[in-house]
Amino acid sequence: MSETVATAGRLPTVAREQPPAGLVGPRAWMRANLFNSWLSTAVTLVLGYLILRAGFAFIDWALVHAIWSVPYSADGIANTAVCQNAKGTGACWAIIADKYRLILFGRYPYDEQWRPAICVLLFIGLYVVSAMRRFWRKELALIWVGTLVVIGILMWGGVPGLSLVTEDYWGGLPITLMLATFGLAFGFPLAVLVALGRRSTSLPAVKMLCVVYVELIRGVPLISVLFMASVMFPLFMPAGVNVDKLLRAQVAIILFAAAYLAEVVRGGLQSLPKGQAEAADALGLSYWKKTGFIILPQALRLVIPPLVNTFIGFFKDTSLVLIIGLFDLLTMGKVALSDPPWQSFSTEVYIALAVIYIAFCFAMSKYSRGLERELSRSHRR
Amino acid sequence: MMSQAETMGLDGPPAITLDKVNKWYGAMHVLRDVSMTVAAKERVVVCGPSGSGKSTMIRCINRLETHQQGRIVVDGTELTDDLRALDTIRREVGMVFQSFNLFPHLTILENCTLAPIWVRKMPKAEAEELAMSYLSRVKIPEQAKKYPGQLSGGQQQRVAIARALCMKPKIMLFDEPTSALDPEMIKEVLDTMIELAEDGMTMVCVTHEMGFARRVAHRVVFMDRGEIVESGPPTRMFEDPQTDRLKLFLSQILRGH
Repeated sequence: MSETVATAGRLPTVAREQPPAGLVGPRAWMRANLFNSWLSTAVTLVLGYLILRAGFAFIDWALVHAIWSVPYSADGIANTAVCQNAKGTGACWAIIADKYRLILFGRYPYDEQWRPAICVLLFIGLYVVSAMRRFWRKELALIWVGTLVVIGILMWGGVPGLSLVTEDYWGGLPITLMLATFGLAFGFPLAVLVALGRRSTSLPAVKMLCVVYVELIRGVPLISVLFMASVMFPLFMPAGVNVDKLLRAQVAIILFAAAYLAEVVRGGLQSLPKGQAEAADALGLSYWKKTGFIILPQALRLVIPPLVNTFIGFFKDTSLVLIIGLFDLLTMGKVALSDPPWQSFSTEVYIALAVIYIAFCFAMSKYSRGLERELSRSHRR
Repeated sequence: MMSQAETMGLDGPPAITLDKVNKWYGAMHVLRDVSMTVAAKERVVVCGPSGSGKSTMIRCINRLETHQQGRIVVDGTELTDDLRALDTIRREVGMVFQSFNLFPHLTILENCTLAPIWVRKMPKAEAEELAMSYLSRVKIPEQAKKYPGQLSGGQQQRVAIARALCMKPKIMLFDEPTSALDPEMIKEVLDTMIELAEDGMTMVCVTHEMGFARRVAHRVVFMDRGEIVESGPPTRMFEDPQTDRLKLFLSQILRGH
């Protein structure tokens, strides 16, 4: 209180052009946001104490008392006694050092694991290139097709110089990235078509079909769609026809993602003023040109936040393939933990997995915010 | 001057013919037996109280609204469900809206070149040259690289006029082009339209700007409750209205100004 009075007393001497010294800077921010009343001061102090305590405890556990490696016996079995002793006081990162290749690449033949490793890098490269607006040209589609073909060849092999590795041996991060990338790359265009179809006034049958599709898929959990794809679908197939399980799960995810994304896109289409379509009509643009040049560029811009929200959701939902026996990143973490000497170190594995998921999701969310800002700059109303 | 224009070559095949056009929104009868002929190079101003159906009528001419009864023939092509007929007509009919409806994600130049390039299949360089010449005509060539949101309302409406002209239409429709503008911007848009009129463009214009009507219109059509109540040359319409409804409307308009 006395301080406020003192500041007020000094005010007239401060130059008028600049805000009073007490209103800017980190100290002012803290006073305004953290210590503006005795209640918030108390809350700040209590929470600050708890955060610091937890933070120090975590650093102590994760870094100071952590065990980074364990001795191995002559036959290659890890002796995890050191870790067992340190349990509760220090993290056992030795499990990550021991298992990271199993977690990242699954049961892919050990000596060939450079192949999925390159695939992961290719996927990431693809995301980075696609994220840059100066690459948004027609050639980008070719880059996608080319990269995905290369990834396919690398994973499968079966060409001279690369041994054949069937999908049964694939696992880990490549599976997760594959399910998410294909799921969204195919699901998104499908979603746009479904959203357009659902708003069609001249094709009632198409509209009906789109409505039924969206409502049906949205009405069931993803897990049950995956179950249907993996268990029921083969029953309906004639004998001898066998569609690979990974492909079936992939198709299920594409169909599921498309239904959700379609509703997001439809939201964007609906929020566009009617005059835009009318102006395009009046200029004589055909339906597809109107949609491609006028409607979609504006509608999709409006729905970037919910779109990315759905993208992030689906990236994580790919981990549900666990229940139909596909070995994605999360499943591989569980597999790694089934090794007897390491069984009790799940915390470390899940933290490592979380870091990977967060890295991808945070990149997506950060990018979408940047994109929104950039697009709104050239789109001032 | 206008009497001269009236007698000046307004024969030949009509540009627009409406024959007993009827339209309903649900149970609401919004156009009642509307019949009207617009000759090539004729300039018609449509006025009437709000809700009188004047905007609906003009929007039927390029089928932004569909009519349910009667015939509409534009430039020799009848408006039907046939999409090819519709394409032909929209190519020949330009439209300017009350709310401008520029495409906010495209630059001024792109707004103007989009349709010539993709509908008229004009080479890009040629379309840009054409667009710049029309932007110069509406006196804003220096804004070509900007986005619509960076322009004032009057400038945006002038761009909208240029955009429509880039398709080299035979007929221009104006749907209350100055109603959304601040008073100081109305004049710049009207001046553009007057210039266009002096070039001999066939125009149908829904507006309440009586000064504009007096200056350029060959004919004023007064609509009320979905029907054409009275029509004639502007001087007669404004100085010697025949119907009570037009008298009432004019008194309200004049009081408002």
